[in-house]
Amino acid sequence: MSDGMMASPVLKLEHLSMKFGGLVAIGDLSFEAKRGEITALIGPNGAGKTTVFNCITGFYKPSEGMITLTGSDGRQFLLERMPDHEITAKAKVARTFQNIRLFSGMTLLENLLVAQHNKLMKASGFTLLGLFGFASYRRASKASIELAQHWLEKARLVDRADDPAGDLPYGAQRRLEIARAMCTGPELLCLDEPAAGLNPKESAELNALLNDIKDTTGTSILLIEHDMSVVMEISDHVVVLEYGRKISDGDPAFVKNDPRVIAAYLGVDDEEVGDVLTEVGDDQVLQQLEGGPDILHGPHTSSSMMAGSVMDSIDHSDPLGERVTVAPGASKAGQLDARNKAAGAAGLGAAAGAAAGKAAARVAAENVAADSGASTKAAAAELGGTAGRAAAARGGDTASPAKGAPAPLVSNALPAARGGQADKLTLIKGIGPVNEKKLNDHGIFHFDQIAAWTQADIAAAEAYLAFDGRIAREDWVGQAAELAKGGKRGGN
Amino acid sequence: MAQAVTTSREESGNVIPYALREAGYAALISFGLFVLLIGLKTDQNIRNELILVPRWGLLAIIVAITAVVRFVYVAYAAPYVEASRRAAAQRKVLVAPVEKGFIRRNFNVIGLAALFLYPVVILALFGVQGSLKWVDNFGIQVLIYVMLAWGLNIVVGLAGLLDLGYVAFYAVGAYAYALLGTHFGLSFWILLPAAGIMAAMWGVMLGFPVLRLRGDYLAIVTLAFGEIIRLVLINWREVTNGSAGISGIPKVTFFGLISFDVSADNYIGKVFGLASSGAYYKIFLYYLIVLLCLLTAFVTVRLRRLPIGRAWEALREDEIACRSLGINTTTTKLTAFAIGAMFAGFAGSFFAARQGFVSPESFVYLESAIVLAIVVLGGMGSLGGIAVAAMVMIGGTEILREMGFLKMVFGEGFTPELYRMLLFGLAVVLVMLWKPRGFVGSREPTAFLHQRKSVAGSFTKEGHA
Repeated sequence: MSDGMMASPVLKLEHLSMKFGGLVAIGDLSFEAKRGEITALIGPNGAGKTTVFNCITGFYKPSEGMITLTGSDGRQFLLERMPDHEITAKAKVARTFQNIRLFSGMTLLENLLVAQHNKLMKASGFTLLGLFGFASYRRASKASIELAQHWLEKARLVDRADDPAGDLPYGAQRRLEIARAMCTGPELLCLDEPAAGLNPKESAELNALLNDIKDTTGTSILLIEHDMSVVMEISDHVVVLEYGRKISDGDPAFVKNDPRVIAAYLGVDDEEVGDVLTEVGDDQVLQQLEGGPDILHGPHTSSSMMAGSVMDSIDHSDPLGERVTVAPGASKAGQLDARNKAAGAAGLGAAAGAAAGKAAARVAAENVAADSGASTKAAAAELGGTAGRAAAARGGDTASPAKGAPAPLVSNALPAARGGQADKLTLIKGIGPVNEKKLNDHGIFHFDQIAAWTQADIAAAEAYLAFDGRIAREDWVGQAAELAKGGKRGGN
Repeated sequence: MAQAVTTSREESGNVIPYALREAGYAALISFGLFVLLIGLKTDQNIRNELILVPRWGLLAIIVAITAVVRFVYVAYAAPYVEASRRAAAQRKVLVAPVEKGFIRRNFNVIGLAALFLYPVVILALFGVQGSLKWVDNFGIQVLIYVMLAWGLNIVVGLAGLLDLGYVAFYAVGAYAYALLGTHFGLSFWILLPAAGIMAAMWGVMLGFPVLRLRGDYLAIVTLAFGEIIRLVLINWREVTNGSAGISGIPKVTFFGLISFDVSADNYIGKVFGLASSGAYYKIFLYYLIVLLCLLTAFVTVRLRRLPIGRAWEALREDEIACRSLGINTTTTKLTAFAIGAMFAGFAGSFFAARQGFVSPESFVYLESAIVLAIVVLGGMGSLGGIAVAAMVMIGGTEILREMGFLKMVFGEGFTPELYRMLLFGLAVVLVMLWKPRGFVGSREPTAFLHQRKSVAGSFTKEGHA
């Protein structure tokens, strides 16, 4: 193989997205698989690895993006435009399945002969010549049995060639599935968790088989794997996915030490994250980490408490390009990013001058944190209107409420009740003790404050209390105005 | 626990009291069930009044039969089956391969010889006129079903597509021959392939809309298709003559050389100087259907060893895996529908030629169900098993007509033919209990490397789950 050939990737994914309704399984994924290499696709459960496979092999049609396969003869195929069986037949992409899909009632040999269907169909003159027993078909049939025997030998299953495939032990079934895929003569072999459920010995045998395929056939391999020993041992190139996005891409040693990958797999220590977030004053994220579903971004809690806090949503209308909004706290790698930026900023601040001291560093960190959280906050702005303002106020306004108090929810929040005596907000119909406490926490103590709420304040409060439209419906503002007037009169 | 108790009882040889008790229970249950159903009968007397006719004698016979059968089963049959099963299990451990018997080894040759010699034997036994019934009702009738079932076997047994409207293609074949033969006077030998092609075309037309369906949904749509064809045949009077049917369908000739029409110049009786008889035509038809059946079997066996046949079976096993191996499942399914339908078309045109008359009555849903039952009973995918099942099911129900002696038991008014479907159902239930995968549950591989071993039925899938 020439150097030029080596350089051209056998498979190229560009801006691949796959959405199932509102769920974004893959978001703007791009990577390449080089010719003659073993590329591993790894990631935590639910990262979208199998979805990527299903897009490549045509079982799903991607929502966006381009998948280009370049054959060894230089022909290019756009896989996203081809039906699944043509992807195998013409573009020469073969695959195996996570839950083994063998023809269990057929013998091993027959399984491998079915894989050579297209070649044999042509040789049998689309059945007609074969029906009359032409010699050309008999020759092709013999050749196909020889090829099958070759792969049975490679998979060390030749002794059991005439047994039903369903009768094989699990590890042998995995090898048979690979042998069957190889019988289609693929340019690219996609293996979905080939080592799942194998014991160490079988796993080693599998590695040997894969290395053999790589060395002797020129078939490139793309594999999904959870077993890190397999990945590190045999793969030349590793792509790491988390929540449908690529978080790392490189050789195994690089990926192994990438802190984002470590965070994605092992998780970031929650306390550690908490410390950083407290330090930078990102209370909103802190609250959401503690408080379960993210009210401002996710669906309203009234729809379902269970739905969506981990739901990714992607918005390509954003002119700035990619922007994936993930509920804060969902992506471990994202958390790590936030932490690193904050730490970096803090360091910068400290370097700026020792005299400025800690306070200056904190302000810098606060600003950076506001930037790092920009995506969430921008989304908040879209969703909640004032929530954006609130966030902006938190990020920029140094005159924020006393330390430790939560961020102000509405524009006219007070640091404390006037005269230390709060009004009895429960007098307003619709406000119970719980909500009264929540409002108090956010600096709402008096009827006149509620009476002065603007449209935007109401929206923010509704979003916070998860009362969609209730504040307006029950006319809290009107009620509060009445009560405030009454209170004044009473006071007079 | 219960198992242990039963075993100890059998081993002690003390099954008789137990069997008697079981027989008593069975008698009680059957009495309870039948006391009103059989013991009393409503009837009209001479003044058109509704009266109750007690039939205690018949009830007693039924109850007694139940008790005796139960006794024999518990006391003798069950221990015998148990013992032979245990012996077989031991034998399997001790001796590896059990040598197949002479009949099993030469099943095909013996079957073929029997098929070709059958009319000769019948002629020798019953004479020319006497042979008519045996050749027609038993020979031709059974073989038509064999051919239909072998055709359906391609769709259901190999490709795993549950088709409940198969009789529609049979009807297409029959009407194709009936209409083209009567209106244009075309010969059977031209219309036979034409009917096959037309039925295949209808198979593809049905196949297209149901490509994405499997299992129950596919069954329902094909069932509806079968009914649509029948209703069209009934209502399109201008062409099909409605439920009155088409009569006067021309007989098959021996390639135009010898005719079976008494008035023709080249009538077989005149050519060979024989007495006029309808039996010659039946014997000719018998050999014709034998050849058609052999053609079906030959094509099926050949197709199974070709990539298309393997793709059908792979489709039955796992459709998604098929697609991942580059098999175009659309064309694969359509060819299965088309080839299955083609054989039904052949059988249909033969049916029309044999009857000389077709009407929508012959193509009701029950026919589809019977053909499917034969395929399932025989063992899906197995030609030999299906042939045996057709012989048992169709021949068995035909033979009920010959059971005159049953009248001595059940009285003069008893007509065994009326119990045809009851016995059919009973046989299906029994076979399914005894062999859940049909007579031949195992599958012969289409290729082998070292040694041909049949695949046990438990590994194969039925496709429409």
